[in-house]
Amino acid sequence: MVELQRDGQNGGREAYETREHDVLIIGAGGAGLRAAVAAAEHGLSVGIVTKSLLGKAHTVMAEGGIAAAVGNVDADDSWRQHFIDTMRSGKFLNNWQMVETFTKEAPERVYELEQWGALFNRTPQGKISQRPFGGHTYRRLCHVGDRTGLELIRTMQEKVLATDAEVYMETTITKLFKKEGRVVGALAYTRENGKFVHFKARAVIMATGGWGRIFKVTSNSWEGTGDGVVLGYDAGAELVDMEMMQFHPTGMVWPPGVRGLLVTEGVRGEGGLLRNSEGARYMENYDAEKMELSTRDVVARANYTEVQEGRGSEHGGVYLDITHLGYDGIMKKLPTMYEQFLKLADIDISREPMEVFPTVHYTMGGIKIHPETAASSVPGLYAAGEVAGGLHGANRLGGNSLSDLLVFGRRAGEGASAYIEESVHSAEIDESEVLTEIGRVLEPLEKKEEGESPYLIQQQLQEVMMEHANLMRDGDSLKEGLGKILALKDRLPQISVPGSRLFNPGWHTAQDVRYLVQISEIIIRTALERKERRGAQWRLDYDGPDEELGKINFIVTKDGQGEIGIERREIPPMPEHLASLVEEAKAKA
Amino acid sequence: MSEGNGNNPGGVTSMAHSPVPDENLGKSDRMAKLKIFRGDAEGGEEVDYEIPLIEGMVVLDAVLAIQAEQAPDLAVRWNCKAAHCGSCSAEINGRPKLLCKSRVEEYDGAEIHVGPMRAFPVIKDLVSDVSWNYEVSKGITPFTTSEQAPFTMYEEDVERLYEPKRCIECFMCQDVCHVLRTHHKHAQFAGPRFFVRNQWLEMHPMDEADRLPDLKEDNGIGYCNITKCCTEVCPEHIHITDNAIIPLKERLVDRYYDPIAKLLGLFSAKSK
Repeated sequence: MVELQRDGQNGGREAYETREHDVLIIGAGGAGLRAAVAAAEHGLSVGIVTKSLLGKAHTVMAEGGIAAAVGNVDADDSWRQHFIDTMRSGKFLNNWQMVETFTKEAPERVYELEQWGALFNRTPQGKISQRPFGGHTYRRLCHVGDRTGLELIRTMQEKVLATDAEVYMETTITKLFKKEGRVVGALAYTRENGKFVHFKARAVIMATGGWGRIFKVTSNSWEGTGDGVVLGYDAGAELVDMEMMQFHPTGMVWPPGVRGLLVTEGVRGEGGLLRNSEGARYMENYDAEKMELSTRDVVARANYTEVQEGRGSEHGGVYLDITHLGYDGIMKKLPTMYEQFLKLADIDISREPMEVFPTVHYTMGGIKIHPETAASSVPGLYAAGEVAGGLHGANRLGGNSLSDLLVFGRRAGEGASAYIEESVHSAEIDESEVLTEIGRVLEPLEKKEEGESPYLIQQQLQEVMMEHANLMRDGDSLKEGLGKILALKDRLPQISVPGSRLFNPGWHTAQDVRYLVQISEIIIRTALERKERRGAQWRLDYDGPDEELGKINFIVTKDGQGEIGIERREIPPMPEHLASLVEEAKAKA
Repeated sequence: MSEGNGNNPGGVTSMAHSPVPDENLGKSDRMAKLKIFRGDAEGGEEVDYEIPLIEGMVVLDAVLAIQAEQAPDLAVRWNCKAAHCGSCSAEINGRPKLLCKSRVEEYDGAEIHVGPMRAFPVIKDLVSDVSWNYEVSKGITPFTTSEQAPFTMYEEDVERLYEPKRCIECFMCQDVCHVLRTHHKHAQFAGPRFFVRNQWLEMHPMDEADRLPDLKEDNGIGYCNITKCCTEVCPEHIHITDNAIIPLKERLVDRYYDPIAKLLGLFSAKSK
């Protein structure tokens, strides 16, 4: 019977292929690729699935650099100071054990990239150069101009191509399969021709990135639809800190088509100044000590406030000025930004300031993972990179994401390998599960009557999130937004799309909106619970941080009725060696 | 710490993201008119589309607006929309272009024909099958060194590597190259993109592998007759012909065709 199914069109049933790997990695950004290298080094069979072509993942958009306390420029830097900076920026909601692991291992991962051929700008002593960035006490970001992400992903891509790992490009996962409580594979379809593939795998590593596409103005590409976090949630995994969305302070504002495109924090790292329409360096009213290099949550709120209070630029932003670097300096340090503004906005940034405004950029929350093994709460499921939560707490420091990808990507690969080596479980599942899922995925294409447009639902959802769950939030507005999201959820079953399965973006969007709606509901519900101002979560209807809420994370799981369950979970106390670091830092401040 | 918290000054609300209402953003009374190839491997034809022109609009904006409102199954590849990732390569009026970097206004008055890259098999509409490039890439000897990082390398040792490292793999140089596009030498010729990759590998101060035999045989660099078409289309302004292909060709000449070097070659395996 199985034979018949695989062979084709028997009895009107769907044909599908079966592929087997020890480890299936979903996502081919920095985290997924680093995980693949780790698992391949264990001699395991590795499959990597990516929705795009290899090398196009959102990692490529990282510009400013990779944070690691290698101390090449400021010899006083240390993992300890990186730990303190990261915890402070995260308002101590971070998983401190992850932060310790991360800050200790980041330097090793940077040198490993260099070992594999990555090229960074150099210091006069011939070492990797480091630049300052918001919230980092020392110059800490290893970088190559303003295209560090490209260097990282190309290096990892070429490293992976030299292994036996198999890459399935332009392939989308729709469901994780479980057997006896373990994740044992997934269903996928190829974007090119809509063929289904059942991946059997003894462990799955989620590395799908974030979900910025729930907002209209975002620096994220179409891919950032949060597939991984919902796939994990549906499989029973715990999520953490889902209310925490990072708004990057500086996105482009003009012309309309580029709204939200990232303007690297490297501009401020290289001395860029923020001014309002009155010419004032207003950051002195928000963080007089760190000014433009304050943390992203603070600068984003400052930019937002200046504009809302009537001191904005012509097109509703604030001014970011880097003209002091001059043409030559800009071409050396920020060549991508120069080209981007010149080509897309007719602005020569060596002569005039940029107009910028906050843009949705990053998701601090995600699948809760074990700080050593990157295991989720579901056996067989691992997560790394932006889709995982816990490292960044309430606000991520710039530059910490690239090192996050490598540190926890590697740990996820190691963790999954160890899990597989210890267990002899099978990845077989009942075939009816595969066929049921295929049927569900095909529904929007098979509707005869015209239904809802997935593009329209996506657009309406983005507008709801912009209006009700932005970087300043209040309870009444969040509740109103929740009502609108639930109304959109009710419309999902009516989605229909014309055309065939051959590279059909309408059909692909129909899959994405399910994730977008689910995540938006989770974000609004957790944002309603966190009744305070902390990092990226800023409730206008509360005055400041709440001491008690500073001791807990909100953990989300799918409950028995299939609804969103939210648990308040206490953050365990830090061990002595970390607690004393924090105490010392407080005493110095 | 003196972290100001931007507490809630008078006018700030949670309701508005930008003071300029969306519906008024960059509106004009003009229309953008595009002729887009609709079809697949079997063939197809151009279809006319019209949408309101928005100030600063790039061709990708227009294509995505058409997709959302008029042609839901119109296939186009894109990711970053900022010319950093090289996904949205296609052809505008027969020339390879990044759709995200091509302003509609640039074609003021002229017709805008948009189609897929033609040096590769067409999958559907604006999407071509570029997987061959990844096969070529897999065949290139990766970075190889016996040195242990962290390396000591000075800016002057490495600055010439920054240029080839800028490549975003849009494959437009491959698309325009007549060795591939006209003569279909995909089996014998790696194409400009991969000479650029070979360039940085060969010039990296720590690399120890020898790729010249592969460049000569498998990668077929000899097929290139330096017409510089690739350089002209590179969105990263990499001087592919002058800085990648010609220096590599010179090394090959030195190795294989120069009688003195040939003699010396008996004593040293690789000249860097």
